[in-house]
Amino acid sequence: MADQVNLTIDGRAVQAAPGTLVIDAAKTVGIEIPAFCYYEGLTLAAACRMCLVEVEKMPKMMTACTLPVSEGMIVRTDTEQVRTARKYTLEFLLTNHPLDCPVCDKGGECELQDMVFRYGAGESRYTEEKVHTPEKQFSPVVFFDAPRCILCFRCVRVCNEGMGVGALGVINRGVVSEIAPNVGDHLECDECGACIDICPVGALTSGTYRYQTRPWEMTHVGTICTHCGDGCKTTLGTRNDEIIRGNNRDRSGINGEFLCVKGRYAFDFYNHQERLQAPLMRVNGKLEEVSWSKALTAVAQKFKQTVEAGGSFGVIGSNHTSNEENFYLQKFARQVLKTNNIDHHRTGDVVTLLDSLSGKNAKLATVADLYSSKAVLVLGADLALEHPLLSWQIRANYRHHQAHVYAVTSGPVREDKYTVASVRVGTANAQKVGGDLGVIPGKDAGATTSGPGNAPVGGPGVVPNPDAGANFEPVNGPGVATGSPSGFVNPHNVTAVPADYFAALESLREKLKAEPELAIVFDDSFTGEDVRKLVDFAESLAIPVKFICLVDYANSRGAVDMGVTPELLPGYQPSGQPGMHTDEMIAAGLDVLWVVGANPLQDGAKRQAGFVVVQDLFLTETAAQADVVLPAASAYEKNGTVTNTTGEVQRLTRAINTMGAKPDLEIMGFLAREMGAAAAVGPWVPDTVFAEIRKTVHGYEVPLPVLATGGAAQTVPVNGRIPVATRPGLVQSDHNGLFASGTLGRYSKVLNSVVENRLSR
Amino acid sequence: MTFSPQLEARFEKLLKSYPPGRQRSAMIPMLMYAQDEIGSVTEELVNEVAVRVGVTPLQVNEVMSYYSMLHTKPLGKYHVQVCTNISCLLHDGDKLYEHACKKLGIQHKEVTGDGQFSIEEVECMGACSWAPAVQVNYDFHHHVTPGKLDQLLDSLRKKQ
Amino acid sequence: MLFNEPSPLETKVLTRRFHLPNSASIETYLSSEGYQAFLKAAKMTPEQIIDEVKVSNLRGRGGAGFPTGMKWSFVPRTSPKPKYIVVNGDESEPGTCKDRVLIENDPHQLIEGVLIAALSVEAHAGYIYIRGEYRYLIDIMDKAIAAAYAQGWLGKNIQGTGFDFDLYTHTGAGAYECGEESALLESLEGKRGVPRIRPPFPAVAGAFQCPTILNNVETFCAVPAILRDGGAAFAALGIPKSGGTKMTCLTGHVNRPGVYELRLGFPVKQMIEEVGGGIRNGKKLKAFVPGGSSCPVLTAAEVEGATMDYDSMAQRKTMLGSGGVIIMDEDTCMVKAALRIMRFYAHESCGWCIPCREGTTWLRKILTRFHQGQGTRNDINLIGDISRNMMGRTFCPLGDAAAMPTLSIVEKFRHEFEDHLDGKPCPYEHSGSVVTV
Repeated sequence: MADQVNLTIDGRAVQAAPGTLVIDAAKTVGIEIPAFCYYEGLTLAAACRMCLVEVEKMPKMMTACTLPVSEGMIVRTDTEQVRTARKYTLEFLLTNHPLDCPVCDKGGECELQDMVFRYGAGESRYTEEKVHTPEKQFSPVVFFDAPRCILCFRCVRVCNEGMGVGALGVINRGVVSEIAPNVGDHLECDECGACIDICPVGALTSGTYRYQTRPWEMTHVGTICTHCGDGCKTTLGTRNDEIIRGNNRDRSGINGEFLCVKGRYAFDFYNHQERLQAPLMRVNGKLEEVSWSKALTAVAQKFKQTVEAGGSFGVIGSNHTSNEENFYLQKFARQVLKTNNIDHHRTGDVVTLLDSLSGKNAKLATVADLYSSKAVLVLGADLALEHPLLSWQIRANYRHHQAHVYAVTSGPVREDKYTVASVRVGTANAQKVGGDLGVIPGKDAGATTSGPGNAPVGGPGVVPNPDAGANFEPVNGPGVATGSPSGFVNPHNVTAVPADYFAALESLREKLKAEPELAIVFDDSFTGEDVRKLVDFAESLAIPVKFICLVDYANSRGAVDMGVTPELLPGYQPSGQPGMHTDEMIAAGLDVLWVVGANPLQDGAKRQAGFVVVQDLFLTETAAQADVVLPAASAYEKNGTVTNTTGEVQRLTRAINTMGAKPDLEIMGFLAREMGAAAAVGPWVPDTVFAEIRKTVHGYEVPLPVLATGGAAQTVPVNGRIPVATRPGLVQSDHNGLFASGTLGRYSKVLNSVVENRLSR
Repeated sequence: MTFSPQLEARFEKLLKSYPPGRQRSAMIPMLMYAQDEIGSVTEELVNEVAVRVGVTPLQVNEVMSYYSMLHTKPLGKYHVQVCTNISCLLHDGDKLYEHACKKLGIQHKEVTGDGQFSIEEVECMGACSWAPAVQVNYDFHHHVTPGKLDQLLDSLRKKQ
Repeated sequence: MLFNEPSPLETKVLTRRFHLPNSASIETYLSSEGYQAFLKAAKMTPEQIIDEVKVSNLRGRGGAGFPTGMKWSFVPRTSPKPKYIVVNGDESEPGTCKDRVLIENDPHQLIEGVLIAALSVEAHAGYIYIRGEYRYLIDIMDKAIAAAYAQGWLGKNIQGTGFDFDLYTHTGAGAYECGEESALLESLEGKRGVPRIRPPFPAVAGAFQCPTILNNVETFCAVPAILRDGGAAFAALGIPKSGGTKMTCLTGHVNRPGVYELRLGFPVKQMIEEVGGGIRNGKKLKAFVPGGSSCPVLTAAEVEGATMDYDSMAQRKTMLGSGGVIIMDEDTCMVKAALRIMRFYAHESCGWCIPCREGTTWLRKILTRFHQGQGTRNDINLIGDISRNMMGRTFCPLGDAAAMPTLSIVEKFRHEFEDHLDGKPCPYEHSGSVVTV
């Protein structure tokens, strides 16, 4: 290739794109250049000196982590000089590093251990005393053991650059330099634990994992986090049907190394003491534990009798259960229970978006697109709290590609630090974000009911931001950051007065028109007509635009795609006779209400149905009012697929079994069998159900090998208009912050242990 | 946090000395001049400077703890700094330091009970050709002998 | 104020006004050809100014000795970014106290040098970074800057030339590492004094990531003379490739220690004997450090025939450095000297890179033990081995600065280490405790 640089590493011809670092170029031909401080995607440090290599015509050895390839360069990574340098660097590191590997959490997966094994000396000549300092607890989830720290500054950089938080720093100088938390002796941060995973040694350890196990005693299962809608891959370390930890150190999945506090720690609801492990039936007004066979028989009989009597059913599906389960549930409801009364809690107006986009030159963005799009517009959501992976992607895009980021939100958001422009809309009515932006194309300005008049004084306006980008300069390190903007940051439009509100929006529109492309991320402040206006607005920019409609939970998107709505069948086909939606089902005196993985009565409503069946992990407000409660398996206890907020399908892989609980699919299958309706709904095997989904749901014909290998495949489930009226008014996001996750979040010990400090969020 | 009008004026001048958006540059001078006025870099000062230059308190702490002239504990009214680095060492700077410790009855970075004196063994302070050197606060004293040091400390003691 | 008598052997260029009354005042400066070089330079093109500096063979006086004119020519004048002049007044190299004298006695000479540099790259702002311990010099400099503003030598349209320039002082806060140019820039930007990855060099991305000329105080102070008298005249004061004079700080065991301005190429023996008045108490020379404690130490034999210039010192595998000459007589304990030097570098290591951070501390611990009479024969080899394996592998020159003197001492004075073995008391002298800074 013409634009490739040719160089030689250890006698092997290597081709690499200009700008590639030697350390990465070597990797492409299978040559490992060891390093501690180098971490792809973070600013360069050149601190550890492990990657020193010989380069012909250079008088001194060079750090491969900072040296870009150049034509004709001759690199040697395996000479006596290089080997000696590595050996000494490791010896230097071990001068004060405690050799407590047998009790160190990192033992067995420690980069220092591995390096010493491969490149180190067999013995140490260090006979001086080592300096010991006591371990510190930075937060419920982060512990710091200073003597083990090799000062690679990865934690500081990932927190500052990756997370945009900057909660870790370096204090003191020289050999007593130490990693320090941001508030006195403790951390006030996202508690994401990225610093722990990125630590090459056992200096930062996890409050929940420490001293629990040796890493090689665990089985590592890659599956998808069951909390928010971003769809992060989390690798669960399990032992004897216990989940010991969650991480993603192998950087697999759509999230790379990213995980938030939920993905890394909030699996811990699974063994909460209130977890249901036996079916419950109401006997003399009280719920009592019964056997599975008794419970299933009772439910099946009731269902069968009701169907035969022509009675009424209501079915409420889940944002957390798998595509297979939702598909099976709606099939069960429609074909066995003969009802279109099926719905779930809708958290984003996916339907209107898909409908509006039909025939327009626009597409749906993936998580990856947020990292590559030249410009991103965030509408409504505080992404860092509600969709932390998307926030991470946009930050990385800004750091690595200088993407232009715009935010239109009701309050300050983390993105403000690096946006080209941030526009504040009124806080009183979140809907204004939608209404006002719809005005921008100038189509029907008179139709809007919101605007500066309604906006609280001091709220709207363009936020001045002279410090944009400043936070991404490494706090401690070399001032020259690859990917971070150099020189002066463009000053923002500083007209921050309410009177300029529409002018600000207009100016935003002009800026967006000048972008080569745009990804728009919007939350539930855009529903129905506002979504259509937004799509029109995007069309009026005359640039390629992709959209992400935010939804709350792990399979919120899948629930809509799978037809768990009264008006739409799987793949957005009209159901013909729309049934009741959730609120109507709750209010109506139905004969049977069947709730699978949802908590529609959580706000204290009283059940109206004659018979209520609930499948759930816990005795939720809804389950507490049920006649029969069937203990369900969590996402970590079953196989299947889920579809994230960007429409990407990924595979759930069972990590553990929890005694007494069954996957919802299995429960439904047993119920069908008991009713003698198994033939109508088909086998309750996830792969078989997914095969049917692939055949029948438009857009789900995704390549199986992609899923089987832990990949994500985007679905585009509609190719044309959706010919029925949907109900955008029902859409309402829970707006969970980092430390909340609907009903499920209440049962996570970690989320609760850190939440006390977070009331201000 | 309130400072003297002179210090406020200096802060104002400092913040204007650097290009727009680069007010962080004023951090170290602000800490130094404020420390001179209030005696040490207190947590309150860290927070105040953080706000004024637009960074987090952690970022100020990172910087503050790096520099050896910035200290979080109050020093004596007279901070006696004895250089023992090589050029002063060749003129018995180390013995001068030991003498000073004995004379004041305190050790490295300690403060006398009356808060009048503190002592620090310091690195090269740029008085090498006139060694051994002692700095009391910002005042240099050259060719210091144990006798001259005694006189100096005695005169300072009288001044209080 | 001068702290030592001048020597008749000096060549007074940078120090030419030191004997004048109120030498630091702008009046004295203006009455002795002050700011005339600036006015001359203002009529020249930037290329002509840089050429004149190149002709002068002026090399960086901070220690590295990089040709100044070439450094200035690396600044991309056409860059749309603002350009800056930064003065390195973080004089911290042990044995060095020359910038102090230059600022104290003739601050306007520095301002004029900065102005000329600014003309050569079209810079309009500059910062004089002065180490925190030199607070009184910051006051002197602030006063001089105020006077220059008042009389139109700084600010807008300086003396009707149409050239604008603003100059500020900036205090350090105690960190040797900030004498390294990129660490100084980090410090100037309100950060920890950790060096930057280079390239890019300050000429391209210096202060605030903008093109920057960054030189030592003495380097800037030499510039007015170069412009006034011509680069060739300045070059002629020294020897080929090493133009001009060098502010030389005689420290240690000489009878007349002090700061002297000597032409480059000045014979070392003559400097010790005639300028410095010979070794104190009639003792013999044991060790000689030409330019600050970072330089490899020379033995008395190696000093024979040496001259104070870059090449002569390079031939002897040491460096002219900052001009901080350290003279040690025959009674000096070289183990103690090595220990004290290592204590300094361990204290000043910024902590960024492993070989420097861990190596200096390890060496400090071994040397401490050694000096207390608890060393082993094996330790002697280890000291050399650690030093060799720090050199060339650290993030910035501080690692080399720590390793080079140590290695030279352990190699050239190995017998003194052996004399400390087996619990023997220091054969030279032994002061009780070794306090850890």
